[in-house]
Amino acid sequence: MNHERRTVLRQLSKVTGYALALLAGAWPRLGWSAEQRPAFTAETLEETLKALGASGSKESSEIEFKAPEIAENGAVVPVEVDSKLPGTRSIAIIVEKNPHLMSADFTFPEGTDPYVATRVKVAETSNLLAVVKTDAGVFHATRLVKVTLGGCGG
Amino acid sequence: MADPMRIRAALVGDKVDVKILMAHEMETGLRKDGEGNVVPARYIVNVSATCNERTVLSALWGASVAKNPFLAFRFTGAAKGDKLKVTWTDSDGDTRTDEVVIG
Repeated sequence: MNHERRTVLRQLSKVTGYALALLAGAWPRLGWSAEQRPAFTAETLEETLKALGASGSKESSEIEFKAPEIAENGAVVPVEVDSKLPGTRSIAIIVEKNPHLMSADFTFPEGTDPYVATRVKVAETSNLLAVVKTDAGVFHATRLVKVTLGGCGG
Repeated sequence: MADPMRIRAALVGDKVDVKILMAHEMETGLRKDGEGNVVPARYIVNVSATCNERTVLSALWGASVAKNPFLAFRFTGAAKGDKLKVTWTDSDGDTRTDEVVIG
């Protein structure tokens, strides 16, 4: 295989990707357009935090954030967030290096513990952020997860 | 119609300990099948749990929640025998609701 052919193929696959993305955007059944969930379509950490309304977030040790240091399989990475911050309203989980950074945003009504455990995909070695919104402002905790086998694409 | 969720809700002290397993592919739209075709994105976008007509958890999800999602949380204000109802909706508009009795 020569390099020119490879480049052409790569370009072709990019074009197909864009076309599919456009199609997906226009698909009437897909009720979740970008406008409705800006935090989930942002492509950088800064944009994601901004869309979440968490731009000035401060690091906090009052957030217990459990994630493995090394994930052998990035497709299934267990994460657990337990906020000790008073007046916790929501917890968002962000995987910085993922094509889709924003994993989940949980809202806790009165009577529900500010605790959640789930599993996320981590495409490559990346920082994971738990962003906690409280009555007294926005805080976060960071964990680095090293991935030996990717979780996205295939 | 998607497969049912597996839900466990147990009263521990005054708190209900909830563990949920959902059956969903959680396709990111970035994966390719055996023939090299892109598998279209399809993932759960919304999850909510209610108990006695009261919302106890709501969540917005993106494509990077792992396949066949697992979710655990805790809430107060329910008794043994009460029902917990969990609903998810995916990006294609498909939805599934399952109910379990708190034990």
